[in-house]
Amino acid sequence: MSKRIDVTDLNVYYGSFLAVADVSLVMEPRSVTAFIGPSGCGKSTFLRTLNRMHEVLPGARVEGKVVMDGTDLYGANVDPVEVRRQVGMVFQRPNPFPTMSIADNVLAGVKLNNRRISKSDAADMVESSLRGANLWTEVKDRLDRPGSSLSGGQQQRLCIARTIAVKPQVVLMDEPCSALDPISTLAIEDLIEELKSDYTIVIVTHNMQQAARVSDRTAFFNIEGTGKPGRLVEMGDTSTIFSSPSKKATEDYISGRFG
Amino acid sequence: MTAKTDLSSTPDSLPSSPLIHDSRTLPRWSPWAFLGGSLVVATGLLALIGTPTPTGVALLGAVFFAISLTAYSARVEGRRHATDRFATTLVTAAFGAAMVPLVSLLWTVLANGLPMLTASFLTSDMVGVYGDIQGGVLHAIVGTLVITAWATVISVPVGIMTAVYLVEYGRGALARGITFFVDVMTGIPSIVAGLFAFSLFTIVFGPAYRAGIMGAAALALLMTPVVIRSVEEMLRLVPNELREAALALGVPKWLVIVKVVLRTAVAGIVTGVMLAIARVIGETAPLLLTVGYVAQVNADVFNGRMTTLPVYAYREWSQGRVGVDRAWGAALVLILIVMLLNLVARLVSKYLAPKAKP
Repeated sequence: MSKRIDVTDLNVYYGSFLAVADVSLVMEPRSVTAFIGPSGCGKSTFLRTLNRMHEVLPGARVEGKVVMDGTDLYGANVDPVEVRRQVGMVFQRPNPFPTMSIADNVLAGVKLNNRRISKSDAADMVESSLRGANLWTEVKDRLDRPGSSLSGGQQQRLCIARTIAVKPQVVLMDEPCSALDPISTLAIEDLIEELKSDYTIVIVTHNMQQAARVSDRTAFFNIEGTGKPGRLVEMGDTSTIFSSPSKKATEDYISGRFG
Repeated sequence: MTAKTDLSSTPDSLPSSPLIHDSRTLPRWSPWAFLGGSLVVATGLLALIGTPTPTGVALLGAVFFAISLTAYSARVEGRRHATDRFATTLVTAAFGAAMVPLVSLLWTVLANGLPMLTASFLTSDMVGVYGDIQGGVLHAIVGTLVITAWATVISVPVGIMTAVYLVEYGRGALARGITFFVDVMTGIPSIVAGLFAFSLFTIVFGPAYRAGIMGAAALALLMTPVVIRSVEEMLRLVPNELREAALALGVPKWLVIVKVVLRTAVAGIVTGVMLAIARVIGETAPLLLTVGYVAQVNADVFNGRMTTLPVYAYREWSQGRVGVDRAWGAALVLILIVMLLNLVARLVSKYLAPKAKP
């Protein structure tokens, strides 16, 4: 249930503006890859190209290759909807569907696609997904309450449950903890640690301690100035990046000299 | 040590205003006392000139009240409190002024219409009614409901789909053009809509054709821009995050629109449709022009003239005598129908609205 993603020579554009340039990297299965870098350096933009969510924005387009399991996600006959079923995404702000109950939020991937599912299958799916997101014990007695009745941290874990209920190969997380308090953040980080045994996980974070705590490999993105494209500066094992980075910019960033 | 002296000397060196003022506050009942006094003074002054009327007393009293309370408050409480009292008076007066026509209208319609509101008035039509026989509005109620329902059936799908196009797909010149023409359509005089429907059906079905659907088409023309505008506003209120969340689950865009965007906005859409219905249900001119007037019940929207409540009221009013009473009765029935529809719409929106926190 976990696949490797190879990115080669990726350029990302908004209209004619080059936002991210010449990125080539590999995200290994059953591991956590973290993207760090200053604001505006294109980490989130790059992350969104990995499940073709990027092209939802008007004028956005991509050049280059994103290969998962031998298939180029940007190939001519690839359906972006199918890509998003394989590569799930968790967003910065928790966004449960306000019209749905907790259980229906978990089943959203099935129900919104008009697929039929038996009552017992649905119940199993709700339980296993909520257990997978470490939320089951907290909500099992109120599955029919609205998803918006949960706290922010619980809502974010509900969103993770919703994402893994679709059984993706890869889970992308775009600053999943930046709207949460430290205790909820800890809960999510523990969850990421557990999820990586089943999924390829890619996480964007502004919190370098978080990158150091949860990730196996870290990619540092940087931008030379306003109007210039973001670029991948270096990528390596998290321990190497944080102890002996090969580039000066990386060292400056992780030691807090800028950014 | 020096730092400490610096700190303690700071409050003296800064010009600071004391938190507690010596000035007094007026007792809670004082505005009422001023109001009573102002009304008495106004009555007295007007009595000197002639006979005081309620309108004159209220207007002059309000002016006296605003001036005297503000002036007294300025003397006792200070300028800021006086300004506050003056603004409160203005806002309350504006609210009162806005309520006057509304209450007056409801009162007049109720006073004139209630005596007419009997079971036989609601269940009989105007066949064989002459002289001072009460008559009835059943045919007009049926006509209004049928024509408005058909207008809704035509305009709501068109309106919702146009709004979906504008919010979810529309880019560039085409979308801007549609928005512009929707705005223009909002301003179409209703008689022009009536003429349009009349000529359209005359061209297609010949000059002798008369049917309720002609009126429904005219009303649909008036409703559509209102529906588009209100639904568009509602769809724009749906957070983009919900669209992205659904897309990221591998849901195709059309299902995202149907099951997330429209579903989340449904309460507002129902309210918007209701407003559009309220806008057209009282239309007279286009219906007078297209579907006219007939004495008996006609529920077939595709064949023959129909009567609607506004046209009925107009027609009966111009007959004079008992017809004037029938017109008031019809006006009251129309208001009741609109209120009832509003109530239903509110219940529907409440039931469908996103559940808030407990």
